[in-house]
Amino acid sequence: MSSDVAKAVDMVKLTIDGIEVEAPKGALLIRVAEQLGIEIPRFCDHPLLAPAGACRQCLVDVEGQRKPVASCTQTVADGMVVRTQLTSDVAKKAQAGIMEFLLINHPLDCPMCDKGGECPLQNQAMSVGRADTRFHEHKREYPKPLPISTQVLLDRERCVLCQRCTRFSEEIAGDTFIDLMERSSNEQIGVFRHDVMTGPEVELPEEEKGDDPFNSYFSGNTVQICPVGALTGTQYRFRARPFDLVSSPGVCEHCSAGCAQRTDNRRGKVMRRLAGDDPAVNEEWNCDKGRWGFQYATAFDRLTNPLVRDAKTGELRTASWPEALRVAAAGLAAARDGDSGDAHGVGVLTGGRLTVEDAYAYAKFARVVLRTNDIDFRARPVGEGGEEAEFLAAAVAGTTEATYADVEKAPTAVIVGLEPEEECPILFLRLRKAVAKRKLKVYAAAPFVTRGLAKLDATVLATVPGAEAGLLAGDEGLRAALSAQNALLIVGERLATVPGGLTAAAKLADETGAKLVWVPRRAGDRGAVDAGCLPNLLPGGRPVSDPAARAEIAGVWGLETGVISGSTGRDTDQIIEAAAAGRLGALVVAGVDPADLADPTLAEQALDKVGFLVSFELRNSAVSRRADVVFPVAPVQEKAGTFLNWEGRLRSFDAVFDTTAMPDARVLDALAQAMGVDLGTADVTAIRAELGALPVSGGDRPAGPRLAPRDVEVTAPGEAVLATWHQLIDLGSLLDGDEIIRGTARPVVARLGVQTAAGLGVADGDPVRVSTERGSMTLPAEVSDMVEGVVWVPTNSPGATVRRSLGVTGGDVVTISRGGIQ
Amino acid sequence: MSDVFRKLTPVLTKRWLSPEAWRIDTYEQLDGYLAMRKALQAHPDDLIALIKDSGLRGRGGAGFPTGMKWAFIPQNDGKPHYLVVNADEGEPGTCKDLPLMMNDPHSLIEGIIIACYAIRSDRAYVYIRGEAVHAARRLRHAVDEAYAKGYLGENILGSGFNLDLVIHSGAGAYICGEETALLDSLEGFRGQPRLRPPFPATHGLYACPTVVNNVGTIASVPYIVLGGADWWKSMGTEKSSGPMIYSLSGRINNPGQYECGMGITLRELIELAGGMQPGHNLRFWTPGGSSTPLLTAEHLDVPLDFESVAAAGSILGTTATQIFSDQDCPVYATYRWMEFYHHESCGKCTPCREGNFWMARVYRRILSGEGTYEDLDTLLDACDNLLGRAFCGLGDGATSPVTSSLKYFKQDYLDYIEGRTAPVLSAKQLVGAH
Repeated sequence: MSSDVAKAVDMVKLTIDGIEVEAPKGALLIRVAEQLGIEIPRFCDHPLLAPAGACRQCLVDVEGQRKPVASCTQTVADGMVVRTQLTSDVAKKAQAGIMEFLLINHPLDCPMCDKGGECPLQNQAMSVGRADTRFHEHKREYPKPLPISTQVLLDRERCVLCQRCTRFSEEIAGDTFIDLMERSSNEQIGVFRHDVMTGPEVELPEEEKGDDPFNSYFSGNTVQICPVGALTGTQYRFRARPFDLVSSPGVCEHCSAGCAQRTDNRRGKVMRRLAGDDPAVNEEWNCDKGRWGFQYATAFDRLTNPLVRDAKTGELRTASWPEALRVAAAGLAAARDGDSGDAHGVGVLTGGRLTVEDAYAYAKFARVVLRTNDIDFRARPVGEGGEEAEFLAAAVAGTTEATYADVEKAPTAVIVGLEPEEECPILFLRLRKAVAKRKLKVYAAAPFVTRGLAKLDATVLATVPGAEAGLLAGDEGLRAALSAQNALLIVGERLATVPGGLTAAAKLADETGAKLVWVPRRAGDRGAVDAGCLPNLLPGGRPVSDPAARAEIAGVWGLETGVISGSTGRDTDQIIEAAAAGRLGALVVAGVDPADLADPTLAEQALDKVGFLVSFELRNSAVSRRADVVFPVAPVQEKAGTFLNWEGRLRSFDAVFDTTAMPDARVLDALAQAMGVDLGTADVTAIRAELGALPVSGGDRPAGPRLAPRDVEVTAPGEAVLATWHQLIDLGSLLDGDEIIRGTARPVVARLGVQTAAGLGVADGDPVRVSTERGSMTLPAEVSDMVEGVVWVPTNSPGATVRRSLGVTGGDVVTISRGGIQ
Repeated sequence: MSDVFRKLTPVLTKRWLSPEAWRIDTYEQLDGYLAMRKALQAHPDDLIALIKDSGLRGRGGAGFPTGMKWAFIPQNDGKPHYLVVNADEGEPGTCKDLPLMMNDPHSLIEGIIIACYAIRSDRAYVYIRGEAVHAARRLRHAVDEAYAKGYLGENILGSGFNLDLVIHSGAGAYICGEETALLDSLEGFRGQPRLRPPFPATHGLYACPTVVNNVGTIASVPYIVLGGADWWKSMGTEKSSGPMIYSLSGRINNPGQYECGMGITLRELIELAGGMQPGHNLRFWTPGGSSTPLLTAEHLDVPLDFESVAAAGSILGTTATQIFSDQDCPVYATYRWMEFYHHESCGKCTPCREGNFWMARVYRRILSGEGTYEDLDTLLDACDNLLGRAFCGLGDGATSPVTSSLKYFKQDYLDYIEGRTAPVLSAKQLVGAH
């Protein structure tokens, strides 16, 4: 049914089981019955997939029809008289017959099947199936399980061939790596892989195998929608029984999509996560990272006690909370108040993983306790001249420009500095749905047609990294596309590294009337903007430079005028630079991996050099190892909080279970106490109340950035402009040690255009060496039709850690050559 | 000569015995491509009206009125139209389309040209059964001949009408005779029936308006164009007009194709075929392939037209009469058919995939002497749960031999179960039998 309320819908009247009902013309009978509370059993039917009519379980009796009809494919018509299994013996018998057929070849392994206890087939067999069998033959058997991928296993004998998984893969994800194979009773779900199709005993050279691995980012959804126990997740297989699990609604902590999810725990241990049902956000889907990437919270090196650097040994040792708080308070106070030499003041790096509540606590702690605006959540290259911070203040903080529904409504969407499938997978799914069902036209500025953009049928404007600003400023086609009503301009965080890019985007959106959306990569990014974790912004999008805004916040926080500085603080790069140069007294770092920063080596120097380092961490990390005081904090499942997704939608959640772990905000509250300040962030309810009571910002929105585009780097022979972004499944710390997910990561390659590759004498698969003065990496080449003079590598994948190895980012010039032994 | 030979109405088969009837020269000497010339002068709508008037019904088994099917194609819709000829003849016992394409391929091509002109299609496909290699070769050769003569291609005979004809060989799947599965297969997908609506008339090949017709249907068209609707209706019955190719096989002296007006009886057909083989007495037969319920010697005088066969409790189908005698076992024959349906079920829907698998296994058990009384009820109930519950007609057809053989020959089943008939399958054969 259409969600578009304004659209007039013709209604028809029909009768189901004697109840007269009005329904929109074209609606499926099975849905209309559902709305009456009549549940017709089904297996292949799924409301978000196209009707199939394959399992035949939903047969009902329709007056005037010779045969029972499948209610999942039958649309309602005026005057239709329908009898379901509740009132028709024909329907009842038909359904019982199908149930028997489904069960003859289905194993009776419910006691050891993962689905047992939450299985639609089991439930229906128990409620309407025969008590005993008439099937005396051998049941169908297959070798089991068939590994569809490292994440998904298939037990074919359990499969009822409803084709939900193949339909999902084709219709929703666009990754058609699984399909029906063979026919008749031998029909089965298979993968296009040599060991499955030819048999593992047949030896074939690699190039003849023709393997098409199922490395879809959305494969976990096939497990969730499988109506039997045929598809199971490797990670959860044989781990728990559904009836032992306690389910809690939650929100995914990985990217800015804000997916609803369900977390199932057994006695205080998370056993699995599923996509939650939220039609406005993620519908019923999530990505594999969200589904399976939660092992980090229970990793062996999880911190449970505070650590303090021992004055005598110089090593970190376990400390009591009072001691750790005392040491941290003293160190921070000294750095804040000290004016000896160059080193003074405290910088705060909060990262993009915080909840709104925690981010607010840091923002407040920085201003109230540390008396500084040197706070920045951006754990990545932030670009030049404060352009992004100004952009965020002008165009992002406090806005809800567009929603997922607007994506479906948009006639055109222009994507710049973002690879949706890799950086915000659920936004990608919604774009794909809009492309398929609403004729959305996608334009993207990218160096090549990525797999994701191909699935969006996008018109790719081949762009050398760095040229985006010029493109946005000058491309008439884009201007025309964005001038359509409800058009969307979607920019990613990477655009910050293109001088003038965000300036041009804001200007173009302003001039065309297009809705401008900023899609960051991490779940806490957007919330951090609104909570004031920026050197130029106070909570609620209030500019620090605005005296009225400062006074407003000072009033709420009970501060005297003048405590909050009116000058913009230092951003991530500047804080790191200052610390490395010995000009910063102390650093407070919350969940930032130095490897993500523009220059990891410099960042580590900064961490080493800074006089006093306080680390808020989940697990031992490059920061905590260098810290003077380490505070353990709670992962999302052990705390309540809120994420603000890219839409600006509040996504609140409660703790999955209670542990002794404390959220950052509570630790900050205690730390503030130790420094003689009542921060008022001890519990999440208090923070929410305080945030809710913030007055609406009275001031005008600050003007946007004004940074002129710069010319694209000119490359000499043997050089190329670097294009790079993060893959969804990479070396990110929230996937640390999760080999099962890693198995479906995209191959790590260096992409080159045909001519660029020819210039190096490199063919597909040959090693390519990408280097800078800092270092080099050698990867297999993937030569394709893409913009020339550019080399693309993943930012942080095995063998391709761009920032650490090369010390550069997208748009910079690197040296390329043929790799390997010459 | 016996009077019964007057019942023969050789129209589609009239050239089959001519020397090298498949060559275009022979064809043209025998009125070939005259109908095309006539048709290209006419208005397409008049051709559709003519076919409607003739009462021509589809020769593929369902007997849908052909003119009506053509008229369903929306005109002036800006989309390409397609004619797809279903030459995936695979129904057990049916052997009329392949000999036609072997012996007189040009009549099919001429029919295609006229049909395409009528429905305003400039591209036609013949989906021919993969196993029919020889027939496909003949047909491809004939297509080349027709192109060379300018009967296919651009601006046919200066009429401004263009037509390209593609011969596509299937990959050996009975399901691809189902028109929507055929279209999927032709598009390069897995051959499985599509959800209807939308119907092929509006969303057929490549989601464009498409007519799918049987070989015999299309090959009839040139004769109707030349002879007129009244002449056509002079053969057959009122509602089942025209001649029909009956393919006779089994315990008769001269198996083969006999073209008669619709409404001929099996008694007459057997006489045409030289009678039953010596020592054989008719016991049961299929009127139109294995998907049509069996009839018995009682039904020797049922007129073989759509209506009369339906009244006798069966279906005219593809007029493939397989004739079995008192030396044939109806249980074993049904078992072989069940193995066929089990093998050929596409697997898309539950009842057909599982039901045929199950029934074939039950037959194996009965024939190996391990059957029980319960099995007979199980078979009938499985048929009840399959008939009318499957996604397409394949599942329905599979139940026909089971229910009809149990109806007429239950005693034969009981003889196996009660040990009066020796098992014909050994336990060894049961393993992996096909």
